[in-house]
Amino acid sequence: MVKQEKASANRPDNTAFTQQRLPAWQPMLSAGIVIPGFVLIGLAFIGIGVALFVTSRGIQVLEIDYTGVEQNSPCFPCTDQNRKNCVCDVNFSIDTLFQGPVFFYYGLSNYFQNYRKYGVSKDDYQLSGDLSYFKAPSSTCSPYEYDKNNKPIVPCGSVANSMFNDTFKLFQIVNGAKKQVSLDGKGIAWWTDYNIKYRNPSVTPLKNAFNGTVKPLFWSKPAYELDLSDPANNGFINQDFLVWMRRAALPNFRKLYRRITDGDYAQGLPAGNYTLEVSYNYPVLSFGGRKKVVFSNVSWMGGKNEFLGIAYLVIGSMCVFMSIVMLIVYAKFKFPEED
Amino acid sequence: VMYCNGFPSEERRVRANDREYNEKFQYASNCIMTSKYNIITFLPVNLFEQFQEVANTYFLFLLILQLIPQISSLSWFTTIVPLALVLSITAVKDATDDYFRHKSDNQVNNRQSQVLIRGSLQNEKWMNVRVGDIIKLENNQFVAADLLLLSSSEPHGLCYIETAELDGETNMKVRQSVSVTSELGDPNNLASFDGEVVCEPPNNKLDRFCGTLYWRDKKYTLTNQNMLLRGCVLRNTEACYGLVIFAGPDTKLMQNSGRTKFKRTSIDRLMNTLVLWIFGFLVCMGVILAVGNAVWEREVGSLFQSYLPWDPPVDNFLFSAFLSFWSYVIILNTVVPISLYVSVEVIRLGHSYFINWDQQMFCSQCNTAAEARTTTLNEELGQVEYIFSDKTGTLTQNIMSFNKCSINGQTYGEVTDPLGPQPKRLDFTPFNPLADPDFCFYDDTLLESVKVGDLHTHEFFRLLSLCHTVMSEEKSEGELVYKAQSPDEGALVTAARNFGFVFRSRTPGTITTIEMGRPVTYTLLAILDFNNIRKRMSVIVRNPEGKIRLYCKGADTVLLERLHPCNHELMNITSDHLNEYAADGLRTLALAYRDLSEDEWEAWSASHRCADKATDCREDRLAAAYEQIEQDMMLLGATAIEDKLQEGVPETIAVLSLANIKIWVLTGDKQETAVNIGYSCKMLTDDMTEVFIISGHTVQSVRQELRSEHLQCPPPPPPPPPPPPSNLMDNISGEFALIINGHSLAHALEADMETEFVSTACACKAVICCRVTPLQKAQVVELIKKHKKAVTLAIGDGANDVSMIKSAHIGVGISGQEGIQAVLASDYSFSQFRFLQRLLLVHGRWSYLRMCRFLCYFFYKNFAFTMVHFWFGFFCGFSAQTVYDQYFITLYNIVYTSLPVLAMGIFDQDVPDQRSLEYPKLYEPGQLNLLFNKKEFFICIAQGIYTSVVLFFVPYAVLSDATQSNGVPLADYQTFAVTTATALVIVVSVQITLDTGFWTVINHVFVWGSLGSYFTIMFALHSQTLFRIFPNQFHFVGSAQSTLLQPVVWLTIALATAICIVPVLAFRFLKLDLKPQLSDTVRYTQLVRQKKRKPGRLGARGGSRRSGYAFAHQEGFGELITSGKNMRLSSLALATFASRHSSSWIDTLRRKKHTHAHTPPSASGECSPAPSCVSGSVPPLSNSSSVLGGSQDTPIEEETGAAAPAQSMQIVPASSTQTTPALAPDSESAAPQGPAQALNAGVLSSSAVRCHGGDSPGGWTLTLGTVQVSCLL
Repeated sequence: MVKQEKASANRPDNTAFTQQRLPAWQPMLSAGIVIPGFVLIGLAFIGIGVALFVTSRGIQVLEIDYTGVEQNSPCFPCTDQNRKNCVCDVNFSIDTLFQGPVFFYYGLSNYFQNYRKYGVSKDDYQLSGDLSYFKAPSSTCSPYEYDKNNKPIVPCGSVANSMFNDTFKLFQIVNGAKKQVSLDGKGIAWWTDYNIKYRNPSVTPLKNAFNGTVKPLFWSKPAYELDLSDPANNGFINQDFLVWMRRAALPNFRKLYRRITDGDYAQGLPAGNYTLEVSYNYPVLSFGGRKKVVFSNVSWMGGKNEFLGIAYLVIGSMCVFMSIVMLIVYAKFKFPEED
Repeated sequence: VMYCNGFPSEERRVRANDREYNEKFQYASNCIMTSKYNIITFLPVNLFEQFQEVANTYFLFLLILQLIPQISSLSWFTTIVPLALVLSITAVKDATDDYFRHKSDNQVNNRQSQVLIRGSLQNEKWMNVRVGDIIKLENNQFVAADLLLLSSSEPHGLCYIETAELDGETNMKVRQSVSVTSELGDPNNLASFDGEVVCEPPNNKLDRFCGTLYWRDKKYTLTNQNMLLRGCVLRNTEACYGLVIFAGPDTKLMQNSGRTKFKRTSIDRLMNTLVLWIFGFLVCMGVILAVGNAVWEREVGSLFQSYLPWDPPVDNFLFSAFLSFWSYVIILNTVVPISLYVSVEVIRLGHSYFINWDQQMFCSQCNTAAEARTTTLNEELGQVEYIFSDKTGTLTQNIMSFNKCSINGQTYGEVTDPLGPQPKRLDFTPFNPLADPDFCFYDDTLLESVKVGDLHTHEFFRLLSLCHTVMSEEKSEGELVYKAQSPDEGALVTAARNFGFVFRSRTPGTITTIEMGRPVTYTLLAILDFNNIRKRMSVIVRNPEGKIRLYCKGADTVLLERLHPCNHELMNITSDHLNEYAADGLRTLALAYRDLSEDEWEAWSASHRCADKATDCREDRLAAAYEQIEQDMMLLGATAIEDKLQEGVPETIAVLSLANIKIWVLTGDKQETAVNIGYSCKMLTDDMTEVFIISGHTVQSVRQELRSEHLQCPPPPPPPPPPPPSNLMDNISGEFALIINGHSLAHALEADMETEFVSTACACKAVICCRVTPLQKAQVVELIKKHKKAVTLAIGDGANDVSMIKSAHIGVGISGQEGIQAVLASDYSFSQFRFLQRLLLVHGRWSYLRMCRFLCYFFYKNFAFTMVHFWFGFFCGFSAQTVYDQYFITLYNIVYTSLPVLAMGIFDQDVPDQRSLEYPKLYEPGQLNLLFNKKEFFICIAQGIYTSVVLFFVPYAVLSDATQSNGVPLADYQTFAVTTATALVIVVSVQITLDTGFWTVINHVFVWGSLGSYFTIMFALHSQTLFRIFPNQFHFVGSAQSTLLQPVVWLTIALATAICIVPVLAFRFLKLDLKPQLSDTVRYTQLVRQKKRKPGRLGARGGSRRSGYAFAHQEGFGELITSGKNMRLSSLALATFASRHSSSWIDTLRRKKHTHAHTPPSASGECSPAPSCVSGSVPPLSNSSSVLGGSQDTPIEEETGAAAPAQSMQIVPASSTQTTPALAPDSESAAPQGPAQALNAGVLSSSAVRCHGGDSPGGWTLTLGTVQVSCLL
């Protein structure tokens, strides 16, 4: 008895795990699964592709480059660096009703918001309203940390400093008269940016928090006076500021400027002539950049996106095609079939 | 004659009982240490070792780079977290390994020995034994250090040792002390012994010792005959005393064991090369991106400075490019995955545990499980091409058993039908109370013959009970213990004992036996001792009636020549029997007697005395005297002794050689014994065209022998372009075997003959090296390593195998009876040779497969992950902006994708274990290194890069214009990062689901868990809570929610996944269809047919007709006996002991004789073996052969029963050549399958070659052929 017990002491456990006999599913790329699978995937992709393509076709987009590169373009005069507060009118017309709600974007090209050092050039503590960082901005903001007089810049860093500052007014020409299209600037930023990530210091009035600091070098107005019409829309939670601070992933990007959602234009922009009044402040020509405005409406899947639909169609049809090839190959060189 | 040269500077002086004096020389103590660290040195030494690993240093370097703010494109923690993890896991593993080494060292060091200290014996640990101490050894104890034998409990200072641990020889050896010291005897006298030994410095020569003992102003020469070496075991000697000359690392045993080398697998080396290449690739990418950065800064960046001024240290684009290079080195470093090495270690550890846990490698008799002692070599077990095996204790059990005999032309002990009812083991006890209960014999006709009093049978066993040099010991009455000098003799005397002729005791002049219950004392007149030239021994005895008779046993070759002519007929029958026995691999002896008249005896005795007294040429004259009387003998019969192979050895060897593994036997044993074993374990067969024996003593003769054989061998074929032809070559060369002797080997291993030897040896199917020293074993292994670039495995059980075990790529120790030295030096240990097939074909194969799959996937996933940064570089001004969140980069390799691939690396199986054993050809991909090599690596890399392209450009194309449904653009950096990261995790998860072939619960948990953890952790990291605590660390607040709620994002991910996976899926499916691997086919058939088949047993009979003689015996014992030197008083007294049982048991016997009915003749047994054997072994294999053979038209029903294949196999023996055309149509019908056809061709030639001996009696070769067929197809 004792000997037996001893003998079993060294014996490895006879469990499915230790003996590598765990019940297991052993999938095999058998024809019965792969070929129908390919057909199914193919058909599904084609279906989605058609839906996407059709939806995308229904979306209207209007793009207007207003950089003013050509001499005859309306904003050409404003490209002169020395002109301050230059305003130019860009005229355009719409043939059919531009279905609402219409979204109004500004776009920049060849602009590297995704450059690493540009991206890190901000102070998150400062932007979350921590007053101690108003006095001593983080070194990541360099060289937009302190001004020449060694006063802290708030908000500091390249991103804030380079904030887009062209402003637009849109008019419909109705019987020769300009009728302003009301633009809605609320809620164009991310909810988390507006409610969590960026916070003004809890000082009232807001202006006092900025005592002893200077505005970014390129800014014409300090942060607490960005929107004179709405006192709540100032400081770090100014919607335009938030939109700018959300870095673009690619060098050609557009950012939401306004929505056209209320009043007469809630249903969209009717056919007709329009004037876009641009106060042209933001220089881009020096580095070969372009500025544009974009009007677009959206569907369930967002804005116009032809690539997605076409890609789905292509992949779907390739799957179907491959399934046919595989069927042929399988029929020719199949395994010994046993039932 | 041995000359002892002076050893001026290095001579060793040892004075007995004088520790102070000896300490002056600072000799090594008896403590052995194989461990690497202790508690204090662990951390620094281990860290130092770890940073010697190129990869670790590299990551340290990266860490330093990341601390430079201008370069740092990633936070420092992205590197330090994985690095710390890797270092600590490795450190824990090293610490555990070392702990066990400490433990085993301690176990050896703490063995107790009795040391004579200040006149009294004290128990001391081995490690405290010092040079110069006198220690006492008792019977069956291991010798603790190299000792000079001082005195012994036996007469004349004799003692017996077994040196199996040292040189593998299991026969006992005699050692004798110098006569002056042997008189000292007990501890009291020894305590005052103050002799001084001057001897050679420590060396590794086991058979040589030179020294001088100075004592009481006299010199005594010391030789190896006076030494007891560490590792020996004291036998048949109650106690002895020895003076420690060499201790611990200086002992000959340790000096022979060579250095411990750190073993690396070929995958390791390949991995290191690949990692270096990846470094190169990384630098290239860095350079490309740096150039890109220079160009961009010059063309765009310099103009863009109004928004993004250059940092102060940067004043021009070139410097910016320089910094950018380092920044990119940091972010692209993940192409060399930091977790690679640690994951590999974890996987190997898992595999090691599976080896340890395997119940099928557990030996219940010895209660030991297999043990993977090193955890770094597992996958190499799947690539072995050469096995070097020890013989004694490895292939054989080192147990001799009396198996068969032929008496007066009648053979006994024929094994009956192996599949029929197991014959009953004879029970001798009722017949003979003195019988050895462990003795096994199955043929009761022999017992009947003894019982009815057949005279020949009685004389036969009488001879066995008288003609030997065995010593008996009777501790208590009736409990006889024989001490045989060779196990063969022990087996013979034990057989006689059980059949009623009990050797009871002996004195120098008498032998007392109990014949059929009646004590008889013979007068021993002479022992004509054994030697290697005579190959026989005789005794001349006078029976109580006064008749003088000579009994002789010896090799049939010498004995049959010396028979009386009237024996002619009997001799023919007996020699037929002998041939049969030899064919079964049994060790045979022929027995004969001669009656001598008193005159003859007197005459011879005089001449013998004269020869004995002669001073010159005594040996020759004695031999002539012996020769003179050993004439005109009457043949009694023959014995056949089985050198018991370990269980399953022939089967294992067959399976392993089918797996294309070449097996070499390296043994210290004699040529005859080795060849005999070669036959019995089917390494050598009758089918072999030629068995070359190289036994030259000089360089010239060896060269000549090698050359002549080289000419006969087919010239080695030119290197075959594709792998399959190598099969063909093996088949051609399969007909030769090479047997080489130790002294010839020494010449063959010399530099100029090396290549010649290797090419000849490798052209042979079997190679046996006999009489080799431990060092030569290692040299042979090194030779193959050097010339063949193949993975070698050495397996052995004794200390003599240690050097070979250490020098081979993989060392396997058999944990048998011969101590633990081999096991301690080994990488794997288990207790049965047959476990080797499971270790290699199952565990090794799986390990290799898993490791390869793991590596492929690992490189793939890291390239897919990292190269996205490269593409992004072109769109972000080459600014080393990462695509992903830095937390994602930190966690990707250690959390999100680590466990599924680990689970695959640990648990994956392509075919179940039984299949790997059934189709040994499945082992081949490992040997050819097909599953992971440079080509496979590039395929993985290419797939990874393709995936990275898709992962970057699909989101790029989709998101650049996309907006949320509320109009907010999706092209912001964070959305892009989340989308790409999610797509990446999903793509690599789908890929691992494709790669995983064996989905256990754990795989499911890990794969789904990893995906789940990705989303959970991402949401956590993007949560408001964390942001509120560290606003500057968690920029991505809210990104996960807002991104993953967008249908466009999911459509993008789905699209990217489809583009990545669909081509892979299609490619794999087509490959499976067009070019299936054997494993695919096996797996497919396995899945299609769920019916379970029993694994087959490869039992078969050999067919070799040759005579063998293997009498592992030594000269000199006869003399010892007749001189009475080794007799103790107690044993002399016993000689007169009379049995009390004598009267009763013979009556019982007579009564029983009538009750015993006639046993039916074994007619059925004689004709049945061959077919039944075939049907027992072949069905599963032939089944599989037809399944796999691509014979699509064979309905499955035919294969399910064992009967059909058995029938088909029965046809095969009739004329095996006919199978060739029978197979041919099959191979033609399978013509579309390109590779299958080639393999078929290989089979045809192999079967044609192998089965040419149509009349060969054995089913063995046929079975081999069939297995070959089934495996190749």
